[in-house]
Amino acid sequence: MAGLASAFGSGAMTNSISEIADARVIFVVGSNTTEQHPMIAMHMLEAVDRGATLIVADPRKTQIAAFAHTHLRQRSGTDVALLNGIMNVIIGEGLVDINFVRRRTENFDEFEKVVKRCTPEVAEKITGVPASDIQRVARIYATEKRSMLFYSMGITQHVTGVDNVRSCANLVMLTAHIGQPMTGLNPLRGQNNVQGACDMGALPDVYSGYQKVADARARKKFESAWRRKLPSAPGMTMIDMFDSALEGKLKAMYIVGENPVMSDPDTSHVIEAIRKLDFLVVQDIFMSETAELADVILPAVTFAEKDGTFTNTERRVQKVRRAVRPMYGAMPDWKIISELSKKMGYDMGYRAAHEIMEEAALLTPVYGGILHHRLDAFGLQWPCPDADHPGTPFMHRKKFAKGLGTFNPIEFTPPDETTDMAYPFILTTGRLYFRYHTATMCRRTATLEREEPECFVEINPKDAGRIGLRSGNFVKAVSRRGEIVVKALVTDRTPEGIVFIPFHFREAAVNLITSPAVDPVAKIPEFKVCAINLVPVIPKPGERPKNRYNRKEDLKILNELYEEPEVPS
Amino acid sequence: MEKVSTICPYCGCGCGLYLHVENGLITGVSPSAHHPVNHGSLCVKGWNCHEFVQHPDRLKYPLVRKDGILQKSSWEDALDLIASRLSGTKEKYGPDAIGILSSAKCTNEENFVMMKFARAVIGTNNIDHCARL
Ligand code: SF4
Repeated sequence: MAGLASAFGSGAMTNSISEIADARVIFVVGSNTTEQHPMIAMHMLEAVDRGATLIVADPRKTQIAAFAHTHLRQRSGTDVALLNGIMNVIIGEGLVDINFVRRRTENFDEFEKVVKRCTPEVAEKITGVPASDIQRVARIYATEKRSMLFYSMGITQHVTGVDNVRSCANLVMLTAHIGQPMTGLNPLRGQNNVQGACDMGALPDVYSGYQKVADARARKKFESAWRRKLPSAPGMTMIDMFDSALEGKLKAMYIVGENPVMSDPDTSHVIEAIRKLDFLVVQDIFMSETAELADVILPAVTFAEKDGTFTNTERRVQKVRRAVRPMYGAMPDWKIISELSKKMGYDMGYRAAHEIMEEAALLTPVYGGILHHRLDAFGLQWPCPDADHPGTPFMHRKKFAKGLGTFNPIEFTPPDETTDMAYPFILTTGRLYFRYHTATMCRRTATLEREEPECFVEINPKDAGRIGLRSGNFVKAVSRRGEIVVKALVTDRTPEGIVFIPFHFREAAVNLITSPAVDPVAKIPEFKVCAINLVPVIPKPGERPKNRYNRKEDLKILNELYEEPEVPS
Repeated sequence: MEKVSTICPYCGCGCGLYLHVENGLITGVSPSAHHPVNHGSLCVKGWNCHEFVQHPDRLKYPLVRKDGILQKSSWEDALDLIASRLSGTKEKYGPDAIGILSSAKCTNEENFVMMKFARAVIGTNNIDHCARL
């Protein structure tokens, strides 16, 4: 969350889910909330029932957009221009909260200069959203006191992802919709414990609680607690690691619970990188495309077989409890790692998960009061600095984590890859309601597999007509990097010129064709914009393009490895 | 039947739910009635979040590649091999030739241990997870 951290000094949802139902305006940018965060959407719809205005900005007519009072369908990759247009109106019509801007923020003048140039008319030209809609949304959002802003991967998965987030932060500060209940800037994080993985320092540049590795004082604290000299230079991000492996510099990798072969952009690049490694360990609950390439695979356990905590998107740290004993011969990840450490000459000495949290609390100011015995009700929201602190439902009340909030002047820059005659469509990718990331878990859940068994491409009726495509036809999606075959789904959910493919399917791995461009600061791949061409496929008689998940084939591989499982008693 | 209070593993909402356990097996799920996020509801993923736990495809024991083929191994042997290979790589090419990817599906405690492993045991800051995606 590099964008948010640079504006406020902290990158997490500023407010709480339980505040949503009482908001008056809900502005959702680039989040298909009803599908990705169903229970958060439930609160939003409750607010709408109570008379709130729902504004959705998304090129696709998503499910949440169907509920919106105003749906802004900006062209893919033009979010900055849209937001600048909205802020231009807010400044032009005197709707800025001047008091707040003076007392609590810095760099307003520089920012104003950039936004002044982006009038609603200029924004209309870039985004395709009518200037009148931009004006209307600006007025609604700015004049209402209880306005909440939400965003998700639709905003972050761009080359300009960090700019997009900073623009959202600018909007929130301009109207003082922060530091109070029912306001704020609220990133909706995808996987269940993304927030916690960041909080706990599974990042190359920070320890737990976002304490910088380059900061000598923080480093000394960890050094004396862990009795080891620690490196001071920030490490490599995941994408840097694969690049470095490709160059032959990174020699070994240890991958826990992730499947980068499927989730990373440009699959063939990752496979090539992994092949170059001398040694790869994968620790997971199921066989995955990445594990197939490993030298050692270790069986880990699921959430139901271990104790610990997850931190949800509103910073709520909650307890996960062991319901059954570990299936088969698997072990919790923390146990595996501490056993391994012991073998490498470093005894971590943990006997239970709560002991790890006690150590984390001692070393992490924002988690200082997060101790397992305090989480039994409904958990605690960090920052929670000490054992008596009740937790923090909304942040930045009197001041920002970094002191003053910073306005970042952001100019619109066009997406990295643009369309041309050969690749006339913009491809965007995303998630489905019944799916979870690369689907190793839900593919094995019959109910979820039944609902959406096949990969498809959504295409607008006008585009489909032009290339002679009907729903159910097979079509080849070709980019500058590769091609896949999928079924067509003709729908006006997707605007002209844009097509959508979900990324959960192994047999039609959309990442074979997506763009390797990444945001220069946050290193988030640009999944949302990539130029492709679509070519209808006419199957030969009796032949069916292979695009259904072939579970038999998967099982065959596994059955060669395993005997029948004993059901634990 | 025993009901164990826990959290849905499928998305960042973090809904509260109970796993129903009978004879050491999970048989069902029910939502937490007063949880501040889900107020007694769950989405389709939450209602089915236990199904994959007892799936026969689960990895059951360590596998080690020998002569190009993944073969069944004991924990002891697998961990010994990893320890010696990682130590060897560290000695030969330095700690920064090793990269660690932790997981947004793991618990906080596990992520903390992973980062401690990378930084204190291996001696590198090459640790990341897939949150960027
Ligand atoms: S029940 Fe649905 S909304 Fe709640 S955490 Fe699980 S997946 Fe997310």
